[in-house]
Amino acid sequence: MKLSREEVRHIALLARLGLNDDELEKFREQLSDILENFEILKQVDTTDVPPTRQPIALKNVVRGDEVAPSLPQEDILANAPREEEGCFRVRAVFE
Amino acid sequence: MPGLVRIAILGFEMDYETVIGLEVHAQLLTRSKMFCRCSADYAHASPNTHVCPICLGMPGVLPIINQQAAEYTVMTALALNCTIPNFSKFDRKNYPYPDLMKGYQISQYDAPLGIGGWIEVEVNGEKRRVGITRVHLEEDTAKLIHRTDPSGESYSMVDVNRSGVPLMEIVGEPDIRSPEEAREYLVKLRNILQFLEVSSGNMEEGSFRCDANISIRPLGNTELSSKVEVKNMNSFRAVYNALEYEAERQRRVIKEGGSIPQETRGWVEEKGVTVEQRSKEYAHDYRYFPEPDLPPLVLDRAWVEEIRSRLPELPDARRDRFIEKYGLPIYDANLLVTSKALANFFEASAKNTTKKRAKLVSNWLLGEFSRLLHSSDIEIEESKLTPNHLVGLLDLVEEGTISGTTAKEVFEEMFHTGRHAPEIVAERGLEQITEAKDVEVAVDRVLEGNARAVADFRKGKEQAMTFLVGQVMRETKGRANPKLVSELLMERLREG
Repeated sequence: MKLSREEVRHIALLARLGLNDDELEKFREQLSDILENFEILKQVDTTDVPPTRQPIALKNVVRGDEVAPSLPQEDILANAPREEEGCFRVRAVFE
Repeated sequence: MPGLVRIAILGFEMDYETVIGLEVHAQLLTRSKMFCRCSADYAHASPNTHVCPICLGMPGVLPIINQQAAEYTVMTALALNCTIPNFSKFDRKNYPYPDLMKGYQISQYDAPLGIGGWIEVEVNGEKRRVGITRVHLEEDTAKLIHRTDPSGESYSMVDVNRSGVPLMEIVGEPDIRSPEEAREYLVKLRNILQFLEVSSGNMEEGSFRCDANISIRPLGNTELSSKVEVKNMNSFRAVYNALEYEAERQRRVIKEGGSIPQETRGWVEEKGVTVEQRSKEYAHDYRYFPEPDLPPLVLDRAWVEEIRSRLPELPDARRDRFIEKYGLPIYDANLLVTSKALANFFEASAKNTTKKRAKLVSNWLLGEFSRLLHSSDIEIEESKLTPNHLVGLLDLVEEGTISGTTAKEVFEEMFHTGRHAPEIVAERGLEQITEAKDVEVAVDRVLEGNARAVADFRKGKEQAMTFLVGQVMRETKGRANPKLVSELLMERLREG
C-alpha cells in the first residue's frame, strides 16, 4: 500500500514542512515503507494483550500546588526573532 | 413548548425543534499552573512574566500534573453526578497555532476524569435534566493580540502567561431545547463551580467560557442534523442572544429551501449576528496520542470517596434547606443561593432566630443590601457591612428603639462607614419616642399652633388629621411612633 502524493502533502502541511517534488517522492517512499512494516506488525495476534498507553510502569506522578518563581521576561523573550511590548511578535493569525 | 416554530415547506406545515449542546471551559483556581510551578494568577501581570521553560514549551522539559487541579476536576465531576473512572490519562492534541507553544495542547481524549452526569435545570416551572457527557482537564493557551502596523501590515502578539493555566472542560449532551434553557444551564453550572470554589466563573474576564453546538430538526426526528458551532459569546446575555439569532437563521435558511452546512460561526456582539468564521487552512487533524511525559492516573476509590465526603452543600440543597429551616418563600431562597457569599451572609445573620426574623433578614439582603452593593459596584466580600451589623440593626427595630424609616437610614450609613447601629442611633439621636408623655408635649404644641386645622377636622375634614399627624412627626423629627401620634391626637380632639 503506497501513500498518495496528496496524503504526503497533507502530512507535510500538518508538520509545517515545505517539500519540493523530489522530496515529496522521497518521503512518499519512506513513509510507505514504514507503514508497510506496521502492516507486518498487525499480523501479530494481540487479542489478549491490553493496549500499552505508557512504555514505563509509572502511575500517579503528581505534585502539590505550589508556586515557584518564573523566569524574567527578558530571558523568556531572549530567543524571540521579534518582540513588542513584552510580547512575542508573530505573523498575523486569524481565528 | 419552547423553541417550537411552524415552518411551511413545499406546502407542508412542519414543526422544528432546536437542539443545543454546550461546551464550557472553566479556569481552575489553583495557585500554580497545570504542569509547572508558574503562578496561575496572571490577570494583572505584565506580559510573559509568569512563564518558565515548561509552559514555554522548550524541548526536553518535563511536565508534572498539579494534583489540586485533578482534585478540583474530580470534585466538579462528582457534583455534576458523573462517574469517576478507575483510569484516566492525558493526551496530546496536535495543531499548529501560535497560541500553543508546543504545537500541541495537553488534554484528555478517551479517558477523561469524569463521565456521564447531569444538571437539573428549571425553565418556566418545568424541571429537566441536561446530561453531562464528560468532564476533563487540559491546559489553557497563550493569549494573542492582533494588531496592524502603521504600514498596514497586520501581525499578532503572543503573551504566554495564560498558557498552562489549568482548564476544565465540561461537555454537555445535546439535551437543551431553547436559548432560555441554555442560559439556565450555564447559570446553574457556574453557580455550582462557585459553590465548590473551584473556579471564579467570571465570564467577562474569560475564566468561564462557553461554545455552543446548535441545530434544528423536524419535530419527532431523533437524529441530529448537521450542527453549527457558535463561538465568541462572553456573557450569559450573549449566549442567549446568539442562540436565539442562530436558531432563527437556520429556520429561515431551511424555509427558503437551503441547507445548513457544518461550520463554525462567531457571534458579533455589536451587530447582533453570527458570521461564518474563516476556516483555518489546514484540516482539523488533531492526531491525539497518549502524552508520553505524563504517566496515567489510577483513581483510587478511597481518594474519590474522600473528595465526595468533602463536597460542600450545593445550591439546590441549600435552597431547599433555606425553605425548610427558615420558612423562606422559594423566590427568596432561589435569589439568596445565586451567590455563595450572599447565602453565607444570610445564614450568619439569621442563625438562632425566628422564621419571622429570617424573612426580615432576607428582605434586607435582597432589597437595600443588593441595591447598595450594586450602586457602589462592590462585591459582598468587600462590603463594610457584616452580618453583625444587620443583627444589631434588627435588634433595635425589634425593641422599638428605632422606626422602620429610620432603620433604612441607619442601614445605609452602616454600609458606607462600617459603624454599628447603636452607635449611629445614639450619636444622631434617632431613637423612636415611645414614651406617651414625650409625644403628648409635641401633640399639644401642634394643636395650639394649628387652630385652623383643628377646626377643619371638627367640621369633618378627614385630611386635616393627616396634616396634624405630619406636623407632630415634623415636631419630633420623625422619631415619634406614628400610630401613637394619631391615637393621642384623636384622644385630644375628642376631649376638646
